[in-house]
Amino acid sequence: MKAFSELLDHLVYTPGRNAKLRLMQDYFRATPDPDRGYALAALTDGLPFSFPVRRTLMNLMTRRLDPELFRLSRDYVGDTAETVALAWPEPATLPAPPRLGDIVAELELMDRNALESRLETWLDSLDSTGRWALLKLLTGALRVGVSARLAKTAVAEMGAKSVTDIEEIWHGVAPPYLPLFRWLDGLAPRPDVTGAPVFRPLMLSHPLEDSDWEALDLADFAVEWKWDGIRVQVAAGRGEVRLYSRTGDDIGRGFPDLLAGFNFNAVLDGELLIMRDGEVAPFNDLQQRLNRKTVTKRMLIDYPAHLRLYDALEIDSVDLRPLPLVERRAKLEAWHASARPPSTDLSVPLEPAGKDELLQVWQGTRGLSIEGLMLKRLASPYIAGRPRGHWFKWKRQALTLDCVLMYAQRGSGKRSSYYSDYTFGAWTTHADGQTELVPVGKAYSGYTDAELLELDRWVRGHTTDRFGPVRAVTPGLVLEVAFDAVQRSSRHKSGVAIRFPRINRIRWDKPASEADRLETIMGLFEK
Amino acid sequence: MPPSRFETWLHPTPSGLFCPPGGFYVDPGRPVDRAIVTHGHSDHARPGHDAVLATSETLAVMRMRLGDGAGHAHQSLGYGEKLTIGDVDVTLRPAGHILGSAQVVIEYGGQRAVISGDYKRRADPTCPPFELVTCDLFVTEATFGLPVFRHEPDAREIGRLLHSLATFPERTHLVGVYSLGKCQRLIALLRHAGFGRPIWLHGAMKGACDLYEELGIPLGPLDLVSEAKQSLAGEIVLCPPSALKDRWSRRLADPVTAFASGWMRVRGRARQYGVELPLVISDHVDWPELIATIEATGAGEIWVTHGREEALVHQIGLMGKRGRALALVGLEEEDLE
Ligand SMILES: [Zn+2]
Ligand SMILES: [Zn+2]
Repeated sequence: MKAFSELLDHLVYTPGRNAKLRLMQDYFRATPDPDRGYALAALTDGLPFSFPVRRTLMNLMTRRLDPELFRLSRDYVGDTAETVALAWPEPATLPAPPRLGDIVAELELMDRNALESRLETWLDSLDSTGRWALLKLLTGALRVGVSARLAKTAVAEMGAKSVTDIEEIWHGVAPPYLPLFRWLDGLAPRPDVTGAPVFRPLMLSHPLEDSDWEALDLADFAVEWKWDGIRVQVAAGRGEVRLYSRTGDDIGRGFPDLLAGFNFNAVLDGELLIMRDGEVAPFNDLQQRLNRKTVTKRMLIDYPAHLRLYDALEIDSVDLRPLPLVERRAKLEAWHASARPPSTDLSVPLEPAGKDELLQVWQGTRGLSIEGLMLKRLASPYIAGRPRGHWFKWKRQALTLDCVLMYAQRGSGKRSSYYSDYTFGAWTTHADGQTELVPVGKAYSGYTDAELLELDRWVRGHTTDRFGPVRAVTPGLVLEVAFDAVQRSSRHKSGVAIRFPRINRIRWDKPASEADRLETIMGLFEK
Repeated sequence: MPPSRFETWLHPTPSGLFCPPGGFYVDPGRPVDRAIVTHGHSDHARPGHDAVLATSETLAVMRMRLGDGAGHAHQSLGYGEKLTIGDVDVTLRPAGHILGSAQVVIEYGGQRAVISGDYKRRADPTCPPFELVTCDLFVTEATFGLPVFRHEPDAREIGRLLHSLATFPERTHLVGVYSLGKCQRLIALLRHAGFGRPIWLHGAMKGACDLYEELGIPLGPLDLVSEAKQSLAGEIVLCPPSALKDRWSRRLADPVTAFASGWMRVRGRARQYGVELPLVISDHVDWPELIATIEATGAGEIWVTHGREEALVHQIGLMGKRGRALALVGLEEEDLE
């Protein structure tokens, strides 16, 4: 635990990317298994637990320190966990510290009620850096300024591999990653992930432009609703099943109800939805189940998960990706009819008689759970990435934009302790090829109280700069902003003013790079 | 609370702590006729006094720092020598804070008061160790007067600095240190840890380093950054904390900025200074040492001068003693700059 806590302590103060890489490499080289593997899991946000510790800490601390002294200390330090880490009374000589691997192994199985007494023992055997690191570990999110990708890069470079090498097998290995480290140490071949439920990069679509529409021959395309859930890939095989977000994050832990019934061998593409009595619930309902490491029984009942399938990448270990969509679709239908996995159905193709009818369908698209239409070329194989001319998304006519959160400001009144006013931006590319975000508006409504808490937490965890009550954040969170109109404006750097913007929803699932561009907004100017 | 029984012969005034039967102030914040000065830091040793009594080292520090402002008549008093001033006996005892630092022991009418000035309890190769004096009234500082402040062992912190130097041999290690006391102690600690290479100094550190050497504290090879011919990659450079973010540091090789101070224990504080390598090295007592010292003096009454008085006065109450916050003007949040 000592080496790990010193690593975290270093990382949190180290701004430079290369310096961070070196610190991590030194650690991974010098630390034995399985500790380094659990450290890698922690740094890649792959620890399967998250304990709310504030209350527990208050309980423990009242037994150790005068409450008034604790209060004054907390006021000075500003953070309960750090205060406890610093002020926890320490014996003159500490017993041998527990090992990271032992702590993680125990936490994985720990009952919440047992945490308090175990935590007390651990705190009694660690120094202040160790106590601080332990409390960070318990929350399940380290927040030491290291992305999962950077941690993977560190181990990759340690073994003279590329980070893509690591990513290709990442989901085929699990903490404490013994085969991975044996390979990186040059002691074993690359872990074999054939048939394992690893992530396959997704095929993505382009927005339908006017020229695409004009050139479109409907006979070549399948038309489907674009469901308002989140795109997922379910990969099952070798008795394991994983649920990946479009960016390859394993989100299965939040959907045990869904995965419990998936004992097949296939890799499928579909939309994750909340469904009640055959009706797709609004996106907000799905939101309740995202970004959680654990789910309560209540949530499983209130927000039942459902998977609406539209493509198959692999069935019974046969790679279907080279086949045209029309054949993949036939295989998916046949397979689904016999396998009948629970809580799934197929996205039913629409069959408009012609383009006029399709245009009418699109114009009439209003359902809460439908985002628009998808047009997919029947002859196209499944191509990773965003190939041109194969898949089109045709978003329904709604005045919403996906913008990137840039600045957050403290609110007033009862919101004064929250970052509740959000300045958001859109991407633009300058003549010199530089792409940057420009602010296009500010919203301070539209979210629920629970969402405000999450936004506030996100802002605090991603702050890059502060100016009085305003924090600048890393461009990493997409806000779907609803609004009344877009007008030209000479007052704003962007040249646009968005009227009455409000947060329609928070797109936790969407990469910031895919948010809307300034040109798109310009195209919405009121005539 | 009834007035203190010490009030008649020692009490705070706008100019500082005054002893009427002796006719002198201790560490006065404004110019006075007669001052006893505990040590040479600027918030204790002010310019413009008429007569100053202190250790010879403190007087030397004052002359270096203040020149003509160091006072008209200087009288030195060695550690342990007793001097009768008016109706009181005065003795100076080592405070272990910086070279020359002293506790002022005042005896009057069978009672003894000890004014600690700033003090620490840990070994320091650049000054004699703190000497505990039992007393009736102990006037203590409370710079680190919160339970969160516990200084790490110096050797551990020096080890972290040397380890960083080994990890990033292509980067200058720029360490912000208080120029008087902390600077020389850090150098001595590095020497003790076996670091024999030249240590590079910002110009502001030179005067105090020269004085320490003159007063018999060897510091090993020291060089001025302004005279460096090379990039100083992989070298240790010491500068005042205010110079850490200066344009001055741009000439250095991708510096790792460090800061040696007790405040570095708290992360928010370290981040406030944009420090990459916070080193918890202090010339003040930490919380456990503060409590242990107060207990060991046996004093029934404790006055608290600068620092976080509120928590310490509360703690003194828990210890069954009478505590009082003096809130003297002019004494600053030290250990920073
Ligand atoms: Zn001082
Ligand atoms: Zn002081």
